[in-house]
Amino acid sequence: MTYLRDIGALTRKDLLLELRARDTLPAMLLFVVSTFVVFHFALPARSSQLAASGLLWVAIVFTALLGLGRAFVPEREQHVLDGLVLTPCDRSAIWLSKSLATLTFLVAAEVVALPAFALFFHGLNAATVGGVVLADLGICAVGTFLGAMAVATRARDLLLPLIFLPLAIPIVIGGVGASVVGSPARYLGFLALYDGLFALVCWASFEYVVTE
Amino acid sequence: MIRARQLGKRFGEKRVLRGVDLEVETGGFALVTGPNGSGKTTLLRICTGLALPSEGELELGVSRSRIGYLAHEPLVYRELSALENLDLYGRLYRVPERRERIGMLLERFGLWDVRHERVASYSRGMTQRLALCRVLLHDPALLVLDEPYTALDTAGADLLDAQLAELRGGRTFLVSTHDPERLAALATGRLALA
Repeated sequence: MTYLRDIGALTRKDLLLELRARDTLPAMLLFVVSTFVVFHFALPARSSQLAASGLLWVAIVFTALLGLGRAFVPEREQHVLDGLVLTPCDRSAIWLSKSLATLTFLVAAEVVALPAFALFFHGLNAATVGGVVLADLGICAVGTFLGAMAVATRARDLLLPLIFLPLAIPIVIGGVGASVVGSPARYLGFLALYDGLFALVCWASFEYVVTE
Repeated sequence: MIRARQLGKRFGEKRVLRGVDLEVETGGFALVTGPNGSGKTTLLRICTGLALPSEGELELGVSRSRIGYLAHEPLVYRELSALENLDLYGRLYRVPERRERIGMLLERFGLWDVRHERVASYSRGMTQRLALCRVLLHDPALLVLDEPYTALDTAGADLLDAQLAELRGGRTFLVSTHDPERLAALATGRLALA
């Protein structure tokens, strides 16, 4: 119960910080909508539906990357991570709460982005939306973990994309597969497996990321 | 409470600490002095568990939840108010009667009237006072204070003197300072780093 209370307190703090600073969600929203506008004019008029589906996943991954890059900025600026690490709460609660906050921002961006995609390109089916939900979980779990690793380095802005994008490739494969094939169950199952496996690894090993 | 033998710390090729022996009994008040770059902050971080020694042994007779650490940075969120910051830490430390304790500390350190204002609007001295509230919030058994008088004005420094004297009974202190004379009356031991 205390574990859940810790997660609640930390997530609330992250949402409050975003509400005050407003420097993550507006940027994500602007980026994802701008990307669709650019692709809408850049793609030839008779481009295939398959190409548009691929663009959706490119936009989602890079929008998430924008949010993940900001995830630990408040902690970095004031070295607050030291203060959180010293508290008796389980260190994995820091990762889980940060993942939940980032997930909230990503979902909020997608609430605008998915209708915009449908407007500019083509309609969305249930499998695509299901794929996006599962992909969001994996992106936030892995990306937050890597964000905490990157924030401790000098080349943090460069490092996060370099280590995150290779690990996001299975998400893109699963997401695109779920969007374009007739029977998406196999791809959705693959995404769920990715989420479960990587979330477990991140949860178990986050302590070693925030301590020496 | 703290027993260190031949502690050393390297960052890559750079050696920051070498062969440090330190013993602080429960209830002791140890001062750590030395010039800039002598490893005071590194030693204090090792004693809190935030950093690991590269060599030597450290025995700490207290769990991390009973340590109060005042760092160079206040370890609070600038976009949150003093009340919100202390409430967060109070929840994470499971402080009983959290609101009353937070109110008492804010009152004592002269921050009650600005408790709803964002920390970003505070002066450096006010932020240091808030950091002291954070350190004392969970009634720690071991206080590790890294240059606690930094940025405090005369009134703030006098207030800290009074607080340290009041807290002295039963608690263990490890304090780095450039002004050891100020704390000489409280100190039971002194470690000079070169």
